[in-house]
Amino acid sequence: MSLVTTPVNEKFSDENFRHHLDAFWLNVPWVQELKENSWREYQELRPPVRTDEHWRFTDLRKLKLEGFSPSQEPEEAQKAAVLEQSNVVGSPAGRLVFGDNFLIDFDGVSGELAAKGVIWMPLSQAVVEHPELVQKYFLNEENRLGSEKLLALHNAFFHGGSFLYVPKGVEIEQPLCAYYWSIGCNEAIFPHTLLVVEDNAKVDFVDYYGSYGDDCCSTLSCGVGTIYAGQGAQVFRKIVQNFNEETLSFQLEANIASRDSSVKTIAVNLGSAYARLQNHTRIVGPGADVKMYGLTIAKGEQEFDQRTLQIHEAPHAVSDLLFKNVLLDDSRTIFSGLIKVDKDAQQTDAYQTNRNLLLSKSAEANSLPGLEIEANDVKCSHGATTGQVDENELFYLMARGIPRATAYELLVYGFFEEIVEKISNEDLRENVRLLVRKKFAQ
Amino acid sequence: MSTEAPEINIDRDKGDFSYAEDYAYDAGIGLNPGTIDYISKVKGEDAWVNEFRHKALKIFEDKPMPTHWASEDLNSIKFQDVRYYLSKGQKPSRTWDEVPDDVKQTFERLGIPEQERAFLAGVEAQFDSEAAYSRMKEEMEKLGVIFVGPHEGLHEHPEIFKRFFGKVIPIGDNKFSALNSACFSGGSFIYVPKGVKVAQPLQAYFRINAENFGQFERTLIIADEGAEITYMEGCTAPKFDTATLHSAVVELVALKGAKIQYITVQNWSNNVFNLVTKRGMAEEDAEIRWIDCNIGSRLTMKYPGVVLKGERARGEVLSIALANDGQHQDTGAKMIHAASNTTSNVISKSISIGQGRSTYRGQVHIPKRLSNCKNNTECDALLINANSRTDTYPAITVRGDHNSVQHEASVSKVSAEQIFYMQQRGLKEAQAMSLAVNGFVNDLVREFPMEYSVELKRLIDMEMEGSVG
Repeated sequence: MSLVTTPVNEKFSDENFRHHLDAFWLNVPWVQELKENSWREYQELRPPVRTDEHWRFTDLRKLKLEGFSPSQEPEEAQKAAVLEQSNVVGSPAGRLVFGDNFLIDFDGVSGELAAKGVIWMPLSQAVVEHPELVQKYFLNEENRLGSEKLLALHNAFFHGGSFLYVPKGVEIEQPLCAYYWSIGCNEAIFPHTLLVVEDNAKVDFVDYYGSYGDDCCSTLSCGVGTIYAGQGAQVFRKIVQNFNEETLSFQLEANIASRDSSVKTIAVNLGSAYARLQNHTRIVGPGADVKMYGLTIAKGEQEFDQRTLQIHEAPHAVSDLLFKNVLLDDSRTIFSGLIKVDKDAQQTDAYQTNRNLLLSKSAEANSLPGLEIEANDVKCSHGATTGQVDENELFYLMARGIPRATAYELLVYGFFEEIVEKISNEDLRENVRLLVRKKFAQ
Repeated sequence: MSTEAPEINIDRDKGDFSYAEDYAYDAGIGLNPGTIDYISKVKGEDAWVNEFRHKALKIFEDKPMPTHWASEDLNSIKFQDVRYYLSKGQKPSRTWDEVPDDVKQTFERLGIPEQERAFLAGVEAQFDSEAAYSRMKEEMEKLGVIFVGPHEGLHEHPEIFKRFFGKVIPIGDNKFSALNSACFSGGSFIYVPKGVKVAQPLQAYFRINAENFGQFERTLIIADEGAEITYMEGCTAPKFDTATLHSAVVELVALKGAKIQYITVQNWSNNVFNLVTKRGMAEEDAEIRWIDCNIGSRLTMKYPGVVLKGERARGEVLSIALANDGQHQDTGAKMIHAASNTTSNVISKSISIGQGRSTYRGQVHIPKRLSNCKNNTECDALLINANSRTDTYPAITVRGDHNSVQHEASVSKVSAEQIFYMQQRGLKEAQAMSLAVNGFVNDLVREFPMEYSVELKRLIDMEMEGSVG
């Protein structure tokens, strides 16, 4: 580790990259090779341009990657401070806490689960201890919604990350949690969550992204998450993004739903100056049920950029997306979703809804809900609405003696609640409710 | 019972006829500054129009093909093989007798004379790039309505038309508006004076008749304060071996309290690239309504738009698209709100048959500082066969105070139950299918003038022939 503490030239230079390889991946040739390729790819790929459909409406001026450098190990006091806050869920089945990519705390799964074959550990440990298993799934899934260059950067520089493997038929009741903290200023973190859930297994997972200081200078987070849901598997993943408001955040999700599986994701977006969420979900088996939910509260000059893709490759599957955005002040949101139904995916039911609540005159909501349908026996629809708090609803509440301000607040909380109530874990649900209301009321 | 059929044979012979080409003026093949000077010279244009064309040509050449979002099929247009100007050398005729016989013959098959006798207030029929026949009923002239071609419009009434020409759709709006601005010929320039309500629709028929010949009409309709007008445009074209290019620009200006309704039935043959820019500008209390029906062509790209510039202006796009084998109907609507209390409505219905592909692209824009703007968009797609395809790509931006926008889209097929029900009552499967499809578009078809809705129903029946069975 001593190598890392020696100051290196800032930014993502070749020298830095060599340094990174030597420091973390000296003994893992297959990861080195993967990283070499990614590094080359990163250098070759051009940065996003305005005319690219995947970046339509994005304010590209905000995306300056130049100032950031690979992260350094945080100080002990900093580690202790973030560890104390790593508690959105009361009694998790397992927990991993990272600060600036470095492992701070690792709570393994119970002996009982370990005996059933559950593997839960930092990714860097898994690539060494379970190379075949990790290699089979690691970064093999397509993730093409415009952030290829950032994905390449992630692949070249990641070293923290969580790996969960749940064998066939094993059900884990309590959620597992991964916390990714951003600590050092002008540094980049590369969170990575890989969930491999075998046939008929069940798991509940929570990712939390946060910053050490509230008013820190800017940081970059470029995270990747993947869910492999085997046949009949049930996966429920919640992502809470609560970085400080100087952060540039990229969250690149790639999920696969096999036959009869259930894959549910909820993304709660609160922090960052610019936060991009990509969710690329492939439905490869009949009978699969995919739910994608999003809740965003945008304030100040925040920009939330959401790009989703629901690909139906197999027939008789269902997917449903609901992204709700609340906009205050001068904030912006972009929702760009696409449902793609392949020729063979007959009897598909696919839905996509984007609701934007505009609570300020200068906020801006962009909505690009798309459909590409190549099969004819399908039920597909999308809807997008943008509006304010309904005057009639306000009137109804006020007529019952509730002051206007309270009535207004109630209606806005009601708007959030449709997503919040879907969170099954009680602790998390209550914590998210608090976070959301705190942010709204600030 | 099955409602699917891979085999689709549509009779595409409608309008499949042409006559010997003997053109008095021919600018040759390809596009260069010389072509433009040639067009200007033949028409005897004013210097500023020539300058406008040259500027447009430069922009056209500089702009890239929009294939980063549009169909790759655009790359198969060979601009250098297209004829950009042809003319019979005729001045627009005043009476039917003066129209050359072979042109009359063509129109006879399109049924123009009957339609005119029966119904129309005036006919501006375009044979290739020049208006071959132009007449208006006397009462129209008395009312002061001007209905001329672009050249006469710009040359004889510059005080009226120059003000808005190229203003609603600037030259550089897109690659094809620039192309049209460089080599436009033919089309209609209409001015309806203050308070004049034209009771009967004005109508123009367009026709392509020379192989490889692109048609570049330019239409500008100005409805002065409180005026009302309905304009109808229908297209048929003969079939040719190589692709033809059609790129029109239509600008509508509705001044305070005016109403314009623009109706199109597009039925080019299956090898035509139909790349059209249509936009209207609605001032205070004005209303612009596009009724757009696309049945023919190989690739149509058309997104009629309304810029709602004055308070309480209203914009509407009603569109029907039918895409059969080898066709891509890439249509949509743009609603640009630029004043408070404006409303817009978009209803789009598409039907994909066989391997046809229909696409909806929409834009709704409500900037900040505006309040109480409303938009409603509905897109419904019907897929007839297993390999039919449909896409929907709306883009909605909303800011400001108390603005509300709703967008809904759905994709469905004709339900087996419906077909079964009708078959139980003695209808053949194909008849049942045709009835179901007509039912799907019925509420929009009702908005068309009577003879168009009859024609449309007949066209849908024809397209549905052989799609089941």
